[in-house]
Amino acid sequence: METVWFLLVAFMLAMYVVLDGFDLGAGIAHFFVARTNEERRMVLQAIGPVWDGNEVWLLAGGGTLFFAFPLLYASSFSGFYLPLNMVLWLLVLRGIGIELRMHLDNVLWRDFFDGLFAIGSLLLAVFFGAALGNVVRGVPLNADHYFFEPLWTNFLPSANPGVLDWYTVLTGAVALVALTIHGTNYVAVKTDGDLAGRCQATARRLWPVLLILTIASCLATLIVRPRVLRNYLEHPIGFLIPVVVAASLIMMFTARRTGNDRRAFSASCAYLASMLGGAAFALYPVLLPSSNPGTEDITIHNAAAGSYSLTYGLIWWSVGMIIAIGYFAMVYRMFRGKVSLRSSEHGY
Amino acid sequence: MDTAYFVHRLHFGFLITFHYLFPQLTMGLAPLIVILKTIALRTESPAYDNAARFCMRIFGINFVLGVVTGIPMEFQFGTNWARFSHMTGGVIGQALVMEGVFSFFLESAFLGLFLFGEKRLSRVAHWWTGFMVFVGSWLSGFFIIVTDAWMQHPVAYTRLADGSYQVSSFSGLLLNPWALLQYAHNMSGAVITGTFVMSAMGAFYLLNRRFEEYGRIFLRVGVIGGFICSVLQIFPTGDLHGRYLAKHQPITTAAMEGLFQTEKGAPMVLMGQPDVERQRIDNPLVVNKVLSFLVYGTTEAQVQGLNAFPREDWPTNIPLLYFAYHIMAGLGTIFIAVMSLAVLLLWRNKLFETRWLLWIIMLCLPFPYVANTAGWLTAEVGRQPWLVYGLMRTAVGYSANVSAGNGLFTLLGFMGLYALLAILFLFIVHRQIEHGPNIHPNVEPQPITVAGD
Repeated sequence: METVWFLLVAFMLAMYVVLDGFDLGAGIAHFFVARTNEERRMVLQAIGPVWDGNEVWLLAGGGTLFFAFPLLYASSFSGFYLPLNMVLWLLVLRGIGIELRMHLDNVLWRDFFDGLFAIGSLLLAVFFGAALGNVVRGVPLNADHYFFEPLWTNFLPSANPGVLDWYTVLTGAVALVALTIHGTNYVAVKTDGDLAGRCQATARRLWPVLLILTIASCLATLIVRPRVLRNYLEHPIGFLIPVVVAASLIMMFTARRTGNDRRAFSASCAYLASMLGGAAFALYPVLLPSSNPGTEDITIHNAAAGSYSLTYGLIWWSVGMIIAIGYFAMVYRMFRGKVSLRSSEHGY
Repeated sequence: MDTAYFVHRLHFGFLITFHYLFPQLTMGLAPLIVILKTIALRTESPAYDNAARFCMRIFGINFVLGVVTGIPMEFQFGTNWARFSHMTGGVIGQALVMEGVFSFFLESAFLGLFLFGEKRLSRVAHWWTGFMVFVGSWLSGFFIIVTDAWMQHPVAYTRLADGSYQVSSFSGLLLNPWALLQYAHNMSGAVITGTFVMSAMGAFYLLNRRFEEYGRIFLRVGVIGGFICSVLQIFPTGDLHGRYLAKHQPITTAAMEGLFQTEKGAPMVLMGQPDVERQRIDNPLVVNKVLSFLVYGTTEAQVQGLNAFPREDWPTNIPLLYFAYHIMAGLGTIFIAVMSLAVLLLWRNKLFETRWLLWIIMLCLPFPYVANTAGWLTAEVGRQPWLVYGLMRTAVGYSANVSAGNGLFTLLGFMGLYALLAILFLFIVHRQIEHGPNIHPNVEPQPITVAGD
């Protein structure tokens, strides 16, 4: 049962990264791909009806973590206290950046909120990448499974690391580039004209950077935490995951050359999902490894809630998620197709 | 007092108090918009359609603020109250994730359709999206109340060997009698905020002699709804909740009423300042025997005072608890008075000309917010010194690994950020009210100008 919930939490977080990932990417890119007010409005319209729902995956994923693995929730949220609170500030600023921009027809007002949207999205992408890096690298857990991580120590992934060291900065950079490509792919699908053209160009130019960073981060992970290989060696079927990562990178490249935006977007979805899947496969059954050799990791066994909760929870959780996926299908269907300002219909 | 403990309490208290300024209007305005849209559907009246659209604009801004200030709430359990989350995640984690799964997804999906989709949908379909947003916001409130009710009155749990609490019955958790009473009382309170905001806008337009047609619509709907909910707030919801509280947390009842000594035929203190050192009320204004009557239905019943309980179980901040309760109850009484008078004049067709009452209705705008906040303070300060009543003390629940300095750092950050949000909110809502309901950007396509202007 714990394994089922491990998979479900991983699924929810992957859904969050794939879905809100393109909102974040659109935010990072919109300063340089969208030059005029009209183009920026098109970017916002492309994500306007869906970004809030996409962000719910983060809330629901965090909530599922709370309910299925209370110890992990308690330990990691308090241990990552400073970066997590900064993530919350950024989520607040980015949210108002998207929603309040249209309320005043004034260039300073619009630029202010565009700035919040862009800077918030950019820093969030880096933070999320660094967060994953921290989880893979391990944190200085003490005997009661708690820790408190400073923002940085000496930038080395040692026994007493900070949130930022060279390894997590690298994973943050991977996330930044990957989400920028993902976001520009999405905007290219949803728009046309110069805006779509600049999105395609950005994605094409960033592709080699992503390729190098992906290889570098995989090698760095093997250096920082050789244990990640254990699950792969025990269950060689896991090596399919890096194959999918490589295939998605190739597909991203060919789709960009042939100008197929939808295929490129599918490829960046597959890339993000398979990178996260690879990390989850490497970690299982560990949820949060310890960087102190002397203390035990937080695993699905010592962190799980009681069996009644987990068993019955599965019933209502499944019902709720099937309904939720239904809503998503409905909303994306309603707002399918390319956005254009001619049919602008903000209700408020 | 250990300073980290104090900072973590203040952190949670500040964030949740600020956050709840927005959901109370979301939950209060949603049913009113459904009512406006229903009238518009039935009467084919474009004025009601416009009035509903105008309220949707206010609702949309308010909703955004509720969402962005709500995200930190979900995380704060883990960041600032880690030991509490670890011990009780098996129970309250259920309710919180149910909120995400059953209500946030629903709300976010239909809010997009509701706010952006009026032209793509038929009139009836658009009515349904509004109705679903209403259902989603009220469902969300229910799961939060279930969480709080379990902390106030824990039911349906077992304790594992490691000391953590686990739910033992889902239906028991969701149908906690405390939750049902508190939910009724709280939702009625939210609709009071919605109706007072709507009435105040109506009064503002009539007093200003602008958009008078809409002013009359807002007043009509607001005043009738406000009257019904103000009454419901005291009787039966407040009355039943108060009796249940007296039964299960008698010490809280004693502290909030300012009853230091056990008495037969206990009086109700209307006004006065509690002096906890000398254990008395200064400058008391009391009505004899009323408290006994309210709690037990007879004027001679004995009500336990604070002296009947050990000092370490007393609520930790008795003056704050006492004032929060008295402010809530006092304002609730004033609401009934104002709304009864307004409904009477509306029925006699005189309300729209009675300018002194319109002034009062307009100036009442902040008071439902004060009353709702004071009500929550009563509930949560009254629960002290327990985090989970009778099971876990507040002092053992906070994140011991997060120092006071780190806690204060993020608290100050949130204070600055929320000050910005408050200014932006007031500025944008003020602009909407100034522009009035006549502008409806979604009727004609707007090629270039920014929507909402």
